[in-house]
Amino acid sequence: MARSSKKGAFVAEHLLVKIERMNAAREKRVVKTWSRSSTIVPPMVGHTIAVHDGRKHVPVYVQENMVGHKLGEFAPTRLFRGHGGGDKAAIK
Amino acid sequence: MARIAGIDLPRDRRIEIALTYIYGIGRPTAARLLSTAGVNPDTRTKDLKDDEIQRLREQIERNLKVEGDLRREVSTAIKRLMDIGCYRGLRHRRGLPVRGQRTKTNARVRKGPKKTVAGKKKAKGPGGK
Repeated sequence: MARSSKKGAFVAEHLLVKIERMNAAREKRVVKTWSRSSTIVPPMVGHTIAVHDGRKHVPVYVQENMVGHKLGEFAPTRLFRGHGGGDKAAIK
Repeated sequence: MARIAGIDLPRDRRIEIALTYIYGIGRPTAARLLSTAGVNPDTRTKDLKDDEIQRLREQIERNLKVEGDLRREVSTAIKRLMDIGCYRGLRHRRGLPVRGQRTKTNARVRKGPKKTVAGKKKAKGPGGK
């Protein structure tokens, strides 16, 4: 079931605070975050957010049409190198 | 000769079924259309009166997105997912199931006909515990 719109989109507080502070200071810095479940909201557009994929932070440049998706959708957690042994399989 | 929403005209079927030949109309939508247009769902397409066809056409035009428009909407939605590089987009690119289904077996609709990969030979005889 979808989240109640009364509550608004979920965004981790610490992330939102950082973004707002950057917007106020008009600066752009890469923000690291572990909060994959945060929704992308309009203030984040144009920033680069490094989203944790379980191993490292994947830089995600936030575009306008990403709004409404979750940060985690842009940092895949699985690395599939292809099946089969020996020769050159992996396509990435 | 019933020509609704472009190119569709299955003649000898009940109109309730015939409507489902239009992309974007399934059984429930067909039933709803017929009741709002006041057409008996059991009439064959060829037996429809002109004004009945006209009413159906109007209903569809006014309330629904069908055929070309709908296909375009769907493909732009998918294209958007692929362009922003989100997980669902990646699954579309790879032609794998998008909504978290298993892929160890099944998923043949997305993956297409089975491609057998030469596997390891099964260990046989003594010692092969």
